[in-house]
Amino acid sequence: MTKTILVGCGAGFANDRPDAALRLAQDLAQRSGPRYIMLELLAERTLAEAQLRKRLDPQAGYSARLFDFLEPMLDLCIEAGIPIITNGGAANPKAAAQRLRQTLAGRFPELKIACVLGDDLLEEMPPRYEQWLSSDPQEQPVSVNVYTGADGIVQALAEGAGIVLCGRVADPSLAVGAIRHGLGWKADDWQKIAVATAAGHLLECCTQVTGGYFAHPGMKDIPDPANLGCPIAEIHEDGRLIIGKTRHSGGRVTEQTVKEQLLYEVHDPRRYLTPDVVLDLGEAHVRDLGEDRVEINGLLGHPRPETLKGLAGVRGLWFGEAEISYAGPGALARAALAREILLERFDRLAPGVQPWIDLSGVASLFNDQGGRYLQKQLAQAPALEDVRVRIGLTHTDRPLVETLLAEVESLYTNGPAGGGGVRRHLAEAVTTRSFLLPRDEIHTTLEWY
Amino acid sequence: MSLVTLADFAHARAGDKGNILSIAVFPHDAAHYAWLLQTLTCDRVAEQFATRQPSRVHRYELPNLNALNFVLEDALEGGVNRSCGLDRHGKSLSYLLLAMRLPGPAN
Repeated sequence: MTKTILVGCGAGFANDRPDAALRLAQDLAQRSGPRYIMLELLAERTLAEAQLRKRLDPQAGYSARLFDFLEPMLDLCIEAGIPIITNGGAANPKAAAQRLRQTLAGRFPELKIACVLGDDLLEEMPPRYEQWLSSDPQEQPVSVNVYTGADGIVQALAEGAGIVLCGRVADPSLAVGAIRHGLGWKADDWQKIAVATAAGHLLECCTQVTGGYFAHPGMKDIPDPANLGCPIAEIHEDGRLIIGKTRHSGGRVTEQTVKEQLLYEVHDPRRYLTPDVVLDLGEAHVRDLGEDRVEINGLLGHPRPETLKGLAGVRGLWFGEAEISYAGPGALARAALAREILLERFDRLAPGVQPWIDLSGVASLFNDQGGRYLQKQLAQAPALEDVRVRIGLTHTDRPLVETLLAEVESLYTNGPAGGGGVRRHLAEAVTTRSFLLPRDEIHTTLEWY
Repeated sequence: MSLVTLADFAHARAGDKGNILSIAVFPHDAAHYAWLLQTLTCDRVAEQFATRQPSRVHRYELPNLNALNFVLEDALEGGVNRSCGLDRHGKSLSYLLLAMRLPGPAN
């Protein structure tokens, strides 16, 4: 019998469901063989936001919800010998490790906690880093990170880590690290690393492969969608890959759910670039094994890219939104009038600042900055009786954004009849710039706690 | 030939990377893949997304998965970084594609 390992994913982004992660841990604790849990808690802009928190408090800067996921599952996982691997260290894996050590004080003194470092280029600046960033002094980078691969995780697990805290490791690499450790696969066995990366790619958005981001009543029904189960990848020594999920959970794993996630955020399916391998999905096929298990075959791998992707987070932009609603007879005409009033006022107060304007009920999600979709829909809109006007704008001048948002509120007394329900929102918008850098300039290191 | 709504024959998922939108499309019935290949062309998709003014539309064919993967460059109004819209990721845009009216399959 070939060796088989299990990798479960308990979080696909920072605001995922901790109770589902706990049920995953409870399920895996009852199974046998090598098992791992990955928690994916970062998005493109999360790191910049985490760096800002770290500036205010040197003990902060890891994923704000990391311990919501970790604490309930810690004892179970440690006692069952299930390593936990996460990128929830974010901008400050060391602080997360220190807090984790305190959390575990007296209970598991022998547990080894590893931090994988080296992705944070603000801390360890390689030569010529400035060339990747804008020379515009308005654009102050608050974070500069590189997407690292699985090497640091493999090393940490090989040296006995029970918990591996990373920063900006590529999402699928969380699984690749576990699988390389569990099955002893070599970093340059491209076919095997392709299988591991496909597993990571299918796991990294957690329930998006088990029925999340999927249900369409009557067309694609999902049982018990309020309790979706976390995905579990079964990886065999011979390269077989099967996706399943937590037992007795909601959701489904079908050919449809797996195919949708397999191509999620993929551009050229023959060249899905990761730090560990170039994954080729061109020959991939799936097979339903029944009982929420789907096998994926035909995965191909090509040598990993010589460059790594970097991401800089830049401050200096403010994002404002404001909304007001009209309902009842003539609602659409009154909302459309409110839009015209706003356009004229904005043109006078801030010439050149073009707001995004939606009329929810007519056009919002599919709308665009120029309002082209809105105009198209207005030409054929029925007499709607509940319409919400929304403006969105970004600018470097915060007071100007505040002034323009106040214009929406001013419609209470100055606008069309019966305008109600104003909400305003203003937040600093961290924007990102991506760049490529040579792989050999990046070296991950481990630190133990 | 009468027109049909794509959503009655296919399902889809949208994803974003920066200002690039990708949408993978799958027929509910594998027998309709050939129809999809013939009917769901780059030109038609570009027309459906004309208000988003994509600079390029690519189509990748995955016959083993009965899938088409569309990649629309510069279609996300700046994407999650820059867009002033509600859906800065473009997560809902699979349904702008599925709203397409197309000449129906023969079978």
